[in-house]
Amino acid sequence: MPSVRDIKRRMKSVESIQQITKAMKMVAASKLRRTQTAVIRSRPYTEKLQEILHKIVASAGEITHPLLVERPVKAVGIILITADKGLAGGYNARVQKLALEEATRFAEQEIEVDFIAVGNKGHDFLKRREQKIKTDIVGLNDVPTFSEAQRLSKLIVDSFLAGEYDRVYLVYQEFVTTVQQRPVVKQLLPLLYEKGEAEEKEYIYEPAPQEVLSILLPQYINNTMFHILTETKASEHGARMTAMTSATDNAEEMIEKLNLSYNRSRQAAITREISEIVGGADALEA
Amino acid sequence: MAKVLKLEVVTPERVSLQVEINSLVVPATEGSLGVLYNHAPLITGLEPGVLQYRQGEQTFFLAISNGFMEVADNLITVLVDTAEKPEEIDVERALAAKERAEKRLKEQKPGLDVHRAELALHRALARLKVADYKNVS
Repeated sequence: MPSVRDIKRRMKSVESIQQITKAMKMVAASKLRRTQTAVIRSRPYTEKLQEILHKIVASAGEITHPLLVERPVKAVGIILITADKGLAGGYNARVQKLALEEATRFAEQEIEVDFIAVGNKGHDFLKRREQKIKTDIVGLNDVPTFSEAQRLSKLIVDSFLAGEYDRVYLVYQEFVTTVQQRPVVKQLLPLLYEKGEAEEKEYIYEPAPQEVLSILLPQYINNTMFHILTETKASEHGARMTAMTSATDNAEEMIEKLNLSYNRSRQAAITREISEIVGGADALEA
Repeated sequence: MAKVLKLEVVTPERVSLQVEINSLVVPATEGSLGVLYNHAPLITGLEPGVLQYRQGEQTFFLAISNGFMEVADNLITVLVDTAEKPEEIDVERALAAKERAEKRLKEQKPGLDVHRAELALHRALARLKVADYKNVS
């Protein structure tokens, strides 16, 4: 049985760990709230943009644009979005695994795979697995800004248009609820779009629909990227919050157990002392 | 104010403006464009520049970057990357951006993305212009 002092020392250390996890949980919760607000704020823009895209597609009939062209797939780019830091439970590991599975699937079909790593963790992971990394982007804001998304999508659009990749996928954690995330693969390029219903209103397009489209599509990609970055960040904060909540709970449990064995060994020591004294007194009397 | 239009300026980060106005002038891709009550349905691209709108006798200004505008049923929706009111503009930053863009365009280094530099210059100029209106009024 460990001594009373040892147990006391362990209790102290667990308590200070609990303080840290508690603080991290609170920080993650506040960041989560901020990102969630950002997600909600970005919704009107996304909806409107989609609406206009549908209108153009519906009224212009056949549309062509370099960003919509399907090419025979010889090379793909995979954008893996992870966190810069760990301590978020299985958050990073799950997307990384999914990305690697995708890469293997493409490799089997003799399609070249290139990674664009967003976030430190993913970058380190891919490097360890000796995957090809084209670029890495680290240090994204906790609440992503639109210009960060713009920078990233420009890089990707440029390589797509240059013919470096025939398809570009995003692998990230979708935000389901605060405590639940789901790793998903989504095709970013060529853009997938739905054909909308023809509108009753006759719109004047200035310039022609085709040209409006060529302004709109890059915007659309920027926005998709922004949306996904924000969502991934929300997932990250959510995952971290959950992980830290359970860490705090575990610490609580551990403290309780330690406290119990502390009391027990304290009691044992007292009992021992009493029996020693009684034994000593008996010996004297005899 | 019987004949009012609704104006909504939406950026990816937020809905930055929601007002009722009498008239609007925007920097469209084909040149300046005015919108009044009962305008025909329209979709147009926007260039970085100054957006002006009138509420009664008062004129307001916004510095916008590229995007779009949709007009339908007296509702104007402006979708842009950024939209800033005069009091939100960081003049020093805009000045620095202007000088940087001008320098790039003057030097014409090989590999320069001329289009991008021009856009940056236009954005900076629009911001400075809008910031100036604040001082006047």
